Amino acid sequence: MAIVMARGLRKTFRVADKQPGLMGTLRHLVRRRWRSVEAVRDVSFSIEPGEVVGFLGPNGAGKTTTLKLLSGLIHPSAGEVMVAGHRPFRRRRPFLESITLVMGQKQQLIWDLPPLDSLRVNAAVYGIDDLEARRRVAELAEMLELGEELTRPVRKLSLGQRMKAELLAALLHRPRVLFLDEPTLGLDVNAQARVRQFLADYNRRTGATVLLTSHYMADITALCPRVLLIHQGALFHDGGLAELSERLAPWRQVRLELGAVLPAEQLAAYGEIESLEGREVRLLIPRERLTATVSRLLTQLPVLDLEVSDPPIEELIGRLFRQGTVEP
Amino acid sequence: MRWRLARTLWLVQFAYMAEYRAEIALWALSGVLPFIMLGLWSAAGNGTGLELGLSPAELGRYFLCVFVVRQFSVVWVVWQFEEDALQGRLSPYLLQPLHPLWRYVAAHQAEQATRLPFVLLIASLFFALQPQAFAWPGPAGVLLGVLAVGLAFAINFLLQSLIATLCFWSERASALERLLYVPTVFLSGLVAPLQAFPPELRRLALHTPFPYLIGFPAQVLAGNPMGEGQTFDLAAGFAAMALWIALLLPLLALLWGAGVRRYSAMGA
Repeated sequence: MAIVMARGLRKTFRVADKQPGLMGTLRHLVRRRWRSVEAVRDVSFSIEPGEVVGFLGPNGAGKTTTLKLLSGLIHPSAGEVMVAGHRPFRRRRPFLESITLVMGQKQQLIWDLPPLDSLRVNAAVYGIDDLEARRRVAELAEMLELGEELTRPVRKLSLGQRMKAELLAALLHRPRVLFLDEPTLGLDVNAQARVRQFLADYNRRTGATVLLTSHYMADITALCPRVLLIHQGALFHDGGLAELSERLAPWRQVRLELGAVLPAEQLAAYGEIESLEGREVRLLIPRERLTATVSRLLTQLPVLDLEVSDPPIEELIGRLFRQGTVEP
Repeated sequence: MRWRLARTLWLVQFAYMAEYRAEIALWALSGVLPFIMLGLWSAAGNGTGLELGLSPAELGRYFLCVFVVRQFSVVWVVWQFEEDALQGRLSPYLLQPLHPLWRYVAAHQAEQATRLPFVLLIASLFFALQPQAFAWPGPAGVLLGVLAVGLAFAINFLLQSLIATLCFWSERASALERLLYVPTVFLSGLVAPLQAFPPELRRLALHTPFPYLIGFPAQVLAGNPMGEGQTFDLAAGFAAMALWIALLLPLLALLWGAGVRRYSAMGA
């Protein structure tokens, strides 16, 4: 049975529309105009217990709004949502005890005190006794490679150390569902890798379900066998990364090193030219015609070297986002 | 709220406030308005204070107690709540199984404890300068005084929390706090004991929560006369405080519920 279920989920915000300048200001004061912004449009999906799912989309696509809906921070305008057997927006204690929401750029730790003080409060809030709290802190601190950082004021910690301490605080009550919004944002490459490793270990050890948004594809490719791609508030893809790649790019990239410089018109007969620099050319060739085209290339052109590859997923998604409207 | 949770919240908040002890000491020292008012009223009454129905010693004790009551019932939840909402810190609070307002209660109480040494110092100085104003109210008097101050804090906290809850609708709810400021200054007994008010205004004031924020608890703490012929009656005053709390609590719960449904987690 799904632990996270969204059906026909919608969220519409009413925002005031204000024109610039004095007239705009006066009009705004006298006769305010409102418009509706559909942040999430008819989104449906379900997640099984223990799954790690990546949530992709450009800024403003509706990822964070969806996470807020799933965690119960905001009420849906329409649709149905169930998480761990509860309606999130009711925010009942059993629900709150079974989830956590970590936002990369927001903190729950008390700024001027060491993380251990915030952890004491969290343990008391969730009703975890002192002995058990100490045991859990020790276990998570070991996994996160945190030591004396826990007794240093939060303001004195580096961004990476702070993020790890935030994760520790967010996981102390052993939630079954983790909503992670950009948990590696702003971290250096090493810190990102450590957080990724921790999340993978945590999921393996506890069987917790993870829904993760990230701008770093490395997070998604390392952790998420399944991805949800949201674009302009609507769900565009729900499945594996490989399927997404196939869907976004029904062609493959062929890199050629030629024995002579050839005119673009001649090369265009084999596929779409992605780049052409002297004797090096990159062609995009439809997957179904790949074998036949490669065979023609080898026989008809002076090919010194040939390499077939899938375009990087980041590039495909970036291209999709730049294109604007897409048909789900 | 469970005892262990309350204790932990308070201790951690106390540790936090202790980091800001110098700032809190300055805040405590900045609350000297009652002593200025004491000087003005003493000068106006030529040192007798009798036109207010209080002896000079009672008048001095009253304004000292106004100072003490303000120190232990000061509420800044509107500003903190507004900042937390705008900075996105409210969101994690809303996702924990503890009503966010309890955190602010603990923060206020911890801050009050941090103020205690400064308040004791100022009170000692006051009695050293005006020994005739000193009177020991006895253990029962102290207990009643502490209870009155605690209830005054509760009413003030509930009133200000109602304004703070408007942050769910407006990004600048703190501006609305000014609506409470004027009646609090003039009707609470901060600038003058209620005895100084014209009878009609005094009667009107007693139907508002404001005299119970400062005037009534200060009179209780000062051990000044109450009952027949006086502005306040001890039992009626405590009953009025209880009534205001009983009125404000469900109102806050209603407004909070509506606000949370409207919350858009801005900044989060």
